[in-house]
Amino acid sequence: MEANPSVSSGRSGLTHAEPLIIERSAPGRCGHSLPASFGHPETASADIPSACLRSQPAALPEVDEMTVVRHFTRLSAWNHSIDSGMYPLGSCTMKYNPRINEALARLPSFSDLHPYLPASHCQGALQLMWELAQYLAEIAGFAEVTLAPAAGAHGEWTGMKMIRAYHRAQGNPRRRVLVPDTAHGTNPASSKLCGYNVVEIKSGPEGILQPEAVAQVMDDSVAAIMITNPNTLGLFESGIGDIADIVHAQGGLVYCDGANLNSMMGVARPGDMDIDVLQFNLHKTFATPHGGGGPGSGPVGVCAKLVPFLPIPRVAKKEGQYLLEEDHPQSIGRVKSFYGNFAVMLRAYAYIREMGGGGLKQASQMAVLAANYLRAKLEGHYHLPYPSRSLHEVIFSDQNLAETKVSTLDIAKRLLDHGFHPPTIYFPLVVHGALMIEPTETENIETLDEFAAALLAIEQEAQHNPDQVRAAPQRTVVGRLDEVKAAREPVLRWPTKD
Amino acid sequence: MNIPGELKYSKEHEWVRVDGTIITLGITDYAQEELGDIVNVELPDEGDEVHREESFGAVESVKASSEFFSPVTGKVTEVNEPLLDAPETLNEDPYDEGWMIKVELSKPAELDDLMDADAYQTYIQEESK
Repeated sequence: MEANPSVSSGRSGLTHAEPLIIERSAPGRCGHSLPASFGHPETASADIPSACLRSQPAALPEVDEMTVVRHFTRLSAWNHSIDSGMYPLGSCTMKYNPRINEALARLPSFSDLHPYLPASHCQGALQLMWELAQYLAEIAGFAEVTLAPAAGAHGEWTGMKMIRAYHRAQGNPRRRVLVPDTAHGTNPASSKLCGYNVVEIKSGPEGILQPEAVAQVMDDSVAAIMITNPNTLGLFESGIGDIADIVHAQGGLVYCDGANLNSMMGVARPGDMDIDVLQFNLHKTFATPHGGGGPGSGPVGVCAKLVPFLPIPRVAKKEGQYLLEEDHPQSIGRVKSFYGNFAVMLRAYAYIREMGGGGLKQASQMAVLAANYLRAKLEGHYHLPYPSRSLHEVIFSDQNLAETKVSTLDIAKRLLDHGFHPPTIYFPLVVHGALMIEPTETENIETLDEFAAALLAIEQEAQHNPDQVRAAPQRTVVGRLDEVKAAREPVLRWPTKD
Repeated sequence: MNIPGELKYSKEHEWVRVDGTIITLGITDYAQEELGDIVNVELPDEGDEVHREESFGAVESVKASSEFFSPVTGKVTEVNEPLLDAPETLNEDPYDEGWMIKVELSKPAELDDLMDADAYQTYIQEESK
């Protein structure tokens, strides 16, 4: 397969240079008609306290509607998304978001619902939530599931809050949480926000956690272990049963980051591995949109002994009616306004119903197959730090290119010239110069072949013409950005004239 | 790779300068090199307790964000405040201007588990394999 950037899937089209919308502004230009009284303090609503009213109009860009439309359409053409090309961002699971789910989420009977409706007037929505929680509980093997958290990390925090509430109910909230070095990066922060000190445990030489390493630090000051399974090296934590026993023997709980559940639907259930709490990332496993930072959804499944601590309100079914229950005295309380991000739940529900049990299992199997297919194509050309069997993602490194001075960052930038979003880089931290590739089940074999061919071409180019790789990207709208300057000296405000 | 002979080193790539029961703590040249350009650093407050092997702060570079794990147990007596506004000092001068915190040790014997410069040199050679 040819993998010259000029002929593979990355191509130059008609791409417009586009300034900031503020720079398009012209005084007095306007794309809408508002009442003459609009924006004058004396005619403002009496509901707004005078102290909150502006004395001067806001310095908003003054532009006509066509300019606004073109501005954002042009910017959108600069963007890379799963709808424009392969997006193998390891750990993030950028799978296709089926359009039928979007159509369903826009049905007026759902989209017009008001969150203040009494339960009797939104039985259908409550039924959908109740059933989705049942499905998730069945898929992962838990007693109950809350749908309230608004994102994966929010789910982690909710889970850790429940763990803390559980220990407090036993008389001692405990002090520490164990986090392996192959866990998700958000886990230490979630523990800390719940008042715990984080203890890192190093994974063994095979890239998985050794039960002895857990036994060494486990004592009755440890509230829980936060383990990611499969871990961020894409490897199954085969010691999970022994690890759960060690933690439980000291009264601790086992939290599993469910971010990688997409590799084992219908094959293995965390609940059956004696895991007590797990968050689901609906935008990863159940194909809902990642949504540019939100809204997301991070339901949490718990084992029976943590059920009393679930957030309120809880959706319940009694005598054929669905209700919202608040009377749970041990609950950690509300974690989100209203009931969570319902429209995201709706998409996940639709995905599960469309796929069915067999379809979900096949999605996991195909995701694992795709990762291993890429692994087989790239092994020998890129360094594979952990040769154990990969699941849904495979981690390479830049080690074999050390002499060429081409780094992981350069490889990632050069992939843009080939029309692919780069994989996750420099994560997990246990691999120096990691390239973390997660193709997901979305891609067909031709696309996987094109992606592998691009990476193989970059490896050859690094050997023979390293400067070319180090100068990438060359075919994108903007070249390589000064990431250090952007992080150290961010300019976040347009300088107004006054 | 600069590994000063008079310091002690942890497996988490921190250096420790011992002065009686007070130690000064920072990250090694190897650590700053691995992290790349550092853009943010979080440190504990004076008077905070730190516990051995538990996190006490965090660092963010353009590549990654990671936690600092303390090699010792004790109380923070001093924090390098200027570092918070100039995190690049960790890259430029990790052993001197880039020190992070001073800790009054409550378990001085913990120092025995740290490596000397030679052992640390061997350790990073093993780790970067």
